[in-house]
Amino acid sequence: MNQTMNSATTTEPMISLSGVEKWYGAFKALDNINMSVAKGEKIVLCGPSGSGKSTLIRCINHLEAYQKGDIHVGGIMLGHGSKTIDAVRREVGMVFQQFNLFPHLTVLQNCMLAPMRSLGIDKAQAEDRARTLLERVKISEQAEKYPAQLSGGQQQRVAIARALCMRPKAMLFDEPTSALDPEMVKEVLDTMIALAEEGMTMICVTHEMGFARQVADRVIFMASGAIVEEAPPAEFFSNPKHERTRKFLGEILGRH
Amino acid sequence: MGREEFLFLLAGLKWTVALSVVAFLCGSIAGLIVALARTSGIFIVERLTAGYIAVFQGTPLLMQLFVVYYGLALIGIQMDAWAAVSVGLTLHASAFLGEIWRGSIEAVPRGQTEAAKALSLGYVSRMKDVVLPQAIRISLPATIGFLVQLIKGTSLASIVGFTELTRAGNIISNQIFQPLTVFGVVGALYFLMCCPLTIYGAHLERKFLTASR
Repeated sequence: MNQTMNSATTTEPMISLSGVEKWYGAFKALDNINMSVAKGEKIVLCGPSGSGKSTLIRCINHLEAYQKGDIHVGGIMLGHGSKTIDAVRREVGMVFQQFNLFPHLTVLQNCMLAPMRSLGIDKAQAEDRARTLLERVKISEQAEKYPAQLSGGQQQRVAIARALCMRPKAMLFDEPTSALDPEMVKEVLDTMIALAEEGMTMICVTHEMGFARQVADRVIFMASGAIVEEAPPAEFFSNPKHERTRKFLGEILGRH
Repeated sequence: MGREEFLFLLAGLKWTVALSVVAFLCGSIAGLIVALARTSGIFIVERLTAGYIAVFQGTPLLMQLFVVYYGLALIGIQMDAWAAVSVGLTLHASAFLGEIWRGSIEAVPRGQTEAAKALSLGYVSRMKDVVLPQAIRISLPATIGFLVQLIKGTSLASIVGFTELTRAGNIISNQIFQPLTVFGVVGALYFLMCCPLTIYGAHLERKFLTASR
């Protein structure tokens, strides 16, 4: 963890948002979001449902458009034209709550498609890369199967491998364990922890507070589309400053 | 009805099949363009294709064939009956298939497109590799249902003077004065083409239903 803390203080930000605002009609979904994530830093984003945490990370790879502010990823300024959007998406991997594997392709093909189509690497190389990463998420023996033949936990690990096949500089996780049966949560979290230990820059929207304690460099708490509080996990859990954070933690930890 | 008359009907059947194949293939290509335009997210393109679909869904196929056959001649484009009915049926098929496939494209879960975007796949790859393979699967029962309608719809080409199966039946019937026998055979030939397709469509529908459970 020390090594990541060091890199967090020495390099320029991998991801930065300044003054980002987003509306759905008259409803303000994101309110003046400012945050900066250093290379190798792990952020856990939490907050009540509807607080804008998913919307926020979906803005970073422009799955959601935003109306105000600037987002920089890996030195690229995210514009609204397809050129910079594609460039940013090549640098940032995303893992979804519902896995979103392509059901008509095998696990291996799922992992090979994007490197071949958008990075332009050849088939043999893509297969090589896919098999290596499937090995890393401990699922290489399922390579020829279709997603529907796998358990939820296995599917999510494939989804992580698929994103990693693009060799991203950062990874976004949008509630990766929320759709899983309880007995499968651990295998996905273990995969994420291993990834974190390898120094990947990560922003995770999750309610897994154990994961936050173990892995996060900072926990950011959002409510009503705004960042309310951010702190290292030890401080965040033992000494939350805001009333809303205390209330949220009371609910979420009391429930567990 | 003798052997010669029956062979004449089979010659008509050949043209019915040819017309169905041409209209379905050309209609599929045009229909794919219609479906992609209809889901393009570009307002004006979507409205225009919606209008195109509405015109063909809101008028009888026979009127569409008349307009192509007589209308094009009126503005100076001369076409023989074969070309005219091919064009007419192709346009008709493009609108209906376009609408069926629009629905299928929209039935593919949003998350699929989002995952493809997050992997920085461009529009062409997103459609070709991710959305369309799933959409075509979803659309197969309805597409086959429309193909059956189209095969039967080719019988209207007889009215503008194209000798396919129905018109062949008409000609034979006028020669041998056995309308019931002749049209009984004609009907049986249509049935032999359409019924297996209908059964196949129902089979696919059941298969996808159990697969999605």
